[in-house]
Amino acid sequence: MTLVKTKIGRRSFIRTSALAGGGMMVGFSWLASCKMTPEEVNSLPKEWFDINGFLKIGDNGMVTIMSPNPEIGQNVKTAMPMIVADELDVDWKNVIVEQAPLNLDVFQRQLAGGSQSIRAGWEGLRMAGATARKMLKQAAAKAWEVPEEEITTSNGMLYHEASNKSAGYGELASAAVGVSSPDDPPENIEVPEEVELKGIKDFTIIGTDRLNVDGPKIVTGKPLFGIDVQEEGMLTAMIVHPPAFGLSYKSMDAESVKSMPGIKDVFPVDVYPEGVEKQWSDGGGIAQLVAIVGESTWQCMQAKKALKVEWEGPSDLESTSSYEDDLAKLLDAPVEAPARSDGDFNQAFKSAAKVIERTYSAPFLAHNTMEPMNFYAHVTADKAEVKGPIQTPEFLEKTLSSVLDMSIDNIDVGMTRMGGGFGRRLYGHFGVEAAVISKKAQAPIKLVYSREDDMTQGTYRPAYKVKFKAGLDKDNNLIAWSVKGAGTNDDLVFENRFPAGAVDNYLAEKTSLQTKITTGAWRAPRSNFMAGAEQSFMDEVAELAGKDPIDFRLELFDRAINDPVGNPEQNDYDPERYAGVLKLVKEKAKWDGSGNGKARGVSAYYCHNSYVAQVLDLSMEGNKPMVDKVVCAVDCGIVINPISAKNQIEGGIIDGIGHATYSQMTFEDGVPQQQNFDSYHLIRNIEAPKQIESYFVDNGIDPTGLGEPSLPPVIGALANAMYKATGKRVYNQPFILEKEIVG
Amino acid sequence: MAAFSLKINGSQHEIDVDPTTPMLWVLRDHLQMVGTKYGCGIAQCGACTVHLGDNAVRSCQLPVSSVGDQEITTIEGLSENGDHPVQEAWLEVDVPQCGYCQAGQIMTASALLKKNPNPSDEDIEKAMNGNICRCGTYTRIKKAVKMAANTNQNS
Repeated sequence: MTLVKTKIGRRSFIRTSALAGGGMMVGFSWLASCKMTPEEVNSLPKEWFDINGFLKIGDNGMVTIMSPNPEIGQNVKTAMPMIVADELDVDWKNVIVEQAPLNLDVFQRQLAGGSQSIRAGWEGLRMAGATARKMLKQAAAKAWEVPEEEITTSNGMLYHEASNKSAGYGELASAAVGVSSPDDPPENIEVPEEVELKGIKDFTIIGTDRLNVDGPKIVTGKPLFGIDVQEEGMLTAMIVHPPAFGLSYKSMDAESVKSMPGIKDVFPVDVYPEGVEKQWSDGGGIAQLVAIVGESTWQCMQAKKALKVEWEGPSDLESTSSYEDDLAKLLDAPVEAPARSDGDFNQAFKSAAKVIERTYSAPFLAHNTMEPMNFYAHVTADKAEVKGPIQTPEFLEKTLSSVLDMSIDNIDVGMTRMGGGFGRRLYGHFGVEAAVISKKAQAPIKLVYSREDDMTQGTYRPAYKVKFKAGLDKDNNLIAWSVKGAGTNDDLVFENRFPAGAVDNYLAEKTSLQTKITTGAWRAPRSNFMAGAEQSFMDEVAELAGKDPIDFRLELFDRAINDPVGNPEQNDYDPERYAGVLKLVKEKAKWDGSGNGKARGVSAYYCHNSYVAQVLDLSMEGNKPMVDKVVCAVDCGIVINPISAKNQIEGGIIDGIGHATYSQMTFEDGVPQQQNFDSYHLIRNIEAPKQIESYFVDNGIDPTGLGEPSLPPVIGALANAMYKATGKRVYNQPFILEKEIVG
Repeated sequence: MAAFSLKINGSQHEIDVDPTTPMLWVLRDHLQMVGTKYGCGIAQCGACTVHLGDNAVRSCQLPVSSVGDQEITTIEGLSENGDHPVQEAWLEVDVPQCGYCQAGQIMTASALLKKNPNPSDEDIEKAMNGNICRCGTYTRIKKAVKMAANTNQNS
């Protein structure tokens, strides 16, 4: 039994309906966007009772569960309510899921990022369900005049076996919130100080396949996304931004487009005026823009094309060749102090029987969410209503408070389903832009970026370069390892990750290059490059040692387990779990067998608190790797929703293969050379793996996230398999452009 | 501006717009049918796919003036109750992640199956290759198209 304190966020759960003094009829907003059949309408409760901020129960036993975090395709909107429902002990088919509003009094960390929603939300979500269940039991005990300990629950029903009594949750929901009769003071059923959580073996919903709760709306085209928002009197707004990084607004000929059909206004926008208190999430975007406000998107697009804007700025604008050179120079220059140093790397490297040194690189990448940046805003003198696709609603609200000089109480931030995130919508400048434009235009507006605006305005995955060195002794033991990494506006290296702790002489150094090209977190930041580079290098070192690549890694994990180097507390990873996924993938992929005649590569990586190992099979078509199959082993602790967990793994694998093989942003004098999907190659159906198999370690450990961890390692597995197929190593992404393997 | 009478999902709609306006924006902005999505505006991603007659076309490159009396079907009109075999297969396989591109994927898949009720793996990959899914749901898309094809065969 696990007992937890019922406190979360800023305060304990409160019974909102009790405060209101009566059964609350609460929102039917979830009805708004779908047409109900008569049967569905009949099944609606007449009254809903708010048990706590996470859930309400209808008088007919239906349960509405709020999904607190933003949904970007990681499917927390299904997984988070599953956790609440399991502890509440209800039938999933009687559960309705709603996106929660931003409310940090009730919910904690309403943010989508770092694959942390499930890990951080786990205890609070369980507690919300368990607290409600206990209150229902207390209500039943009181109604039936029996001890609470004798009450059991199952599938939304309460039972007292000895007296043969039973009741549905709906029948006792009113009593549970203390509104059964005016004579009963609401204090009668206390919110418990402490509740008992289910044992893992008693889960009935967690660990079972549950389909995406928004699936039916997605496949029928219902309005779900920010870009779908339609409001009374709403105008469309689009932006024009500087064509090159480093330029800023000088002047324009606004009058020539103001007379175009449907165009209402054209004006320059200072998104973050001086004195504004910025949040970390305001990192991306361009501070000065031109806004075009019109009746329709097409009219705004025409005006965008016609508008002449003068930009000004320095002459030393950056190009791809310049940052590549600068990153290489940084890797050759000494750094002030190592990020981590165990033993004496330089001495060991000098004395090694065999040494190897390799450099890897990767370009800037755009996030390219399929739904371009957009936001709805209606700002008046005393109120701001904004809604749209945002991974960081809390921080957007804070910034808006400063930009609009308005109390947070008067700002309402709504979260829509997002057409992809990948880190891009952590940076909510587009929400700020929408608010500023609405205020100036004195109208409700929906800001929509064109694809070109979206791809060329920055916030990119940084460009990276990393150099590895390794030394083997005469018996082919790894005795020295160093890593030195540099990125644009990002210092790249996680110094306490593997193989730190497993090599006697270990050195990690990091440095960064400041660029005008703006950067931000992109799905699995840093790991999205480091895993591929490190695991490619590891493969090459294993080969130099004459050892099987999996055995070689397992030897190192044994070392980290049995006789760690340095302070094992410092290491970011658990070597047993790391080794565990490698062993599992070895078995599932039949690594020791003859394979299926394809070239194979292996890789393993730990990031975002989860462990992933992959074996990838491919054949080459010219210089194009065609992946036949990826076998993936994952340790993310308890798997909440297996079908969706597999989807996340598959998506990460395809995303990793696609970007490492095909994608890049390049620049000439600050101008992005890729502006749309005709020049920016995203992986397509034919290029995707034919088959992906995922296996999960069953260990009952508290769950960790899955939105990111499968992406980073697959790049290593891909590179290693390409080597097996071609006899040539690939060092520079995108791999398709590597000259060595062309033709 | 010019007046157009369009047959969409079985109903007639009268609108008055700039004749160069692509059907994508006619649907989204003027008719409030937002199931058809904007992705690139240059017919590269397939998010805006609708049926013109029986053909899957990119509505971002389809000026309203070129439609004439050809019937348009959008995701909202693919089936009365969301029960087209492709929609059902999409749900059963749990294809969507973010879901944004899926209307376009479904419209492409349903047009494929109308022309070729029993497509090979290669036929499916080729037909679906014009639709980008940034979340990487491609393996499940292929599986769902197969499933829908089999449903059609058996019914």
